[in-house]
Amino acid sequence: MSTSAATAELAIQAKTAVLRSEGYWAGVWKRLKRDPVTIFCASVLFVMLMIIVFAPYIAPHDPFQGSMIRRLRPIGTENYPLGTDELGRDMLTRLIYGGRLSWFMGILPVALAFVIGTFLGVIAGFVGGRTNMLIMRVTDVFYAFPSVLLAVAISGALGAGIMNAILSLTLVFVPPIIRVAESVTTGVRNLDFVDAARASGASAVTIVRVHVLGNVLGPIFVYATSLISVCMILASGLSFLGLGTRPPEAEWGLMLNTLRTAIYVQPWVAVLPGVCIFVTSICFNLVSDGLRQAMDVKG
Amino acid sequence: MFFYLIKRLIYAIPIALAVGFVCFMLVQIAPGDPINAIVPPDAPQEVVEQVRRDYGLDKPLPVQFGLWLMKVVQGDLGRSLATGRPVWSDLHSAIGNTLTLAFAASLIGFVLGCILGGLAGTFRGSLLDRMAVTTAVAGVSVPHYWLGMVLVVIFSVQLNWLPAMGAGPGGSADWAWDWEHIQHLILPAVTLSVIPMGIVTRTVRGIVAEIMNQEFVVALRGKGLTSWNVFLHVVKNAAPNALAVIGLQLGYLMGGSILVETVFSWPGTGLLLNSAIFQRDLPVLQGTILVLAMFFVALNLCVDLIQTALDPRIKRA
Repeated sequence: MSTSAATAELAIQAKTAVLRSEGYWAGVWKRLKRDPVTIFCASVLFVMLMIIVFAPYIAPHDPFQGSMIRRLRPIGTENYPLGTDELGRDMLTRLIYGGRLSWFMGILPVALAFVIGTFLGVIAGFVGGRTNMLIMRVTDVFYAFPSVLLAVAISGALGAGIMNAILSLTLVFVPPIIRVAESVTTGVRNLDFVDAARASGASAVTIVRVHVLGNVLGPIFVYATSLISVCMILASGLSFLGLGTRPPEAEWGLMLNTLRTAIYVQPWVAVLPGVCIFVTSICFNLVSDGLRQAMDVKG
Repeated sequence: MFFYLIKRLIYAIPIALAVGFVCFMLVQIAPGDPINAIVPPDAPQEVVEQVRRDYGLDKPLPVQFGLWLMKVVQGDLGRSLATGRPVWSDLHSAIGNTLTLAFAASLIGFVLGCILGGLAGTFRGSLLDRMAVTTAVAGVSVPHYWLGMVLVVIFSVQLNWLPAMGAGPGGSADWAWDWEHIQHLILPAVTLSVIPMGIVTRTVRGIVAEIMNQEFVVALRGKGLTSWNVFLHVVKNAAPNALAVIGLQLGYLMGGSILVETVFSWPGTGLLLNSAIFQRDLPVLQGTILVLAMFFVALNLCVDLIQTALDPRIKRA
């Protein structure tokens, strides 16, 4: 029994050794390919991305051209497969165009927060001491706000607008990324190879660039991808509250807001933008989970 | 434990002050002169100057913060621009309603999350596990304000079973625990409960699965304990961490209910915030956010203390 277990373990070790010898990313890719859910969700996201990028060539109508005589048509109307909204604009077209802003506002704040948060977090983790204290205590303050509240507070004070919404969402996501970056960096800083690099005379900048960043970027990136879904929901939520984007712009959250009164007339048309947010957000979540597993990130 | 309590309380003070500072800055970062946040735009110039002196807005920023803080500590959150009433008078009834909603939602989310997560963690890899994981992912991915609209469409518009708006008959804002009121609570509470449900399911599943893999569980099984008794041991080990997650979720719900309250016109802090945003009523915005954030800080503190008290493995003295 024990020998067979030991053999099995050896076999597993041999297997990981083989994977390692192929290179880390080859191993990650191999594991991803065996994960049908992640591949499926990634494909859905890719198709969505293509549709919103090529929106002008795909969308059947003009997203801003309304008509008083064909307001709130049901799903399945001729020429308007998904019906029309409260101003008689084609829903399908507006959903396609709306994806542009919704994706933009879901991804840009996380990307900005990734850059800023990694920068500050790596500094806090690598330098340690007072610098760490300063950065981490300021982070604690922002942790004292529930994220929705913080986003609403900042964009509420700044006023409606896409830039204000992006600014407030970036501020919401910087502290959690700092925390993750700091804890990963602190873990790496004390490893032997960093000591070895230091002993061999490498400067702090070189150590961070070569040894630290190479080991911390992966986990931080995976964590950041898990925030995209939250960010998209929050961004649409801000637009839903009348912060964020403003009419007549097409954005899923704003469309939900303006169609809210229509739930008594055309309920299924009114909830369509939410379906888009839901599908996008669940796909981003599952892809992030798949990446986390494939890249073997703990936590 | 006692020293830990003191230490934790002392540590909460700078956090609370800093949170206050962030709320104070909200009015400062608002575009335009902060004086416009206090007096109506059509006020005559002399009144503006008078108010500016009264509020100390002609003084440097740190002094202003000190003056503001003194007022807040005494319970004066300023006056609403829209109604002229003190912010606190609108706020305290709204907080009650938000607490009711957040509490109901976390109760639903907590119970469902524990059941789903516990089952999924015990039977790792089964169909049940996969269903629980899917529900959890859906729960954290769903835009809950949209889910609220869908529930209204199904249960209010199509089936006409439950009311779609308000907290009581005739749009009354006073809460009472009778059926008339409770049926107004069901839809918003269910809507709001999906997020904590998803998060609690995930967490509990992780905790339970980890505990099930530990040696003492194998030892208990080997000793011949029934699975029910083993389960009780697992619960005892999982409870402190699970409680911490749930406590924090209650706090997130209090802040996060703004969207759901808007969908259902629930007369809580979220609706108050929403109207404050629309009317650019900055004193109300600032006061509401300050009070909610302070609630969150206090809740964090309580969760931490309770967790330490419950779990003797955590030594934090």
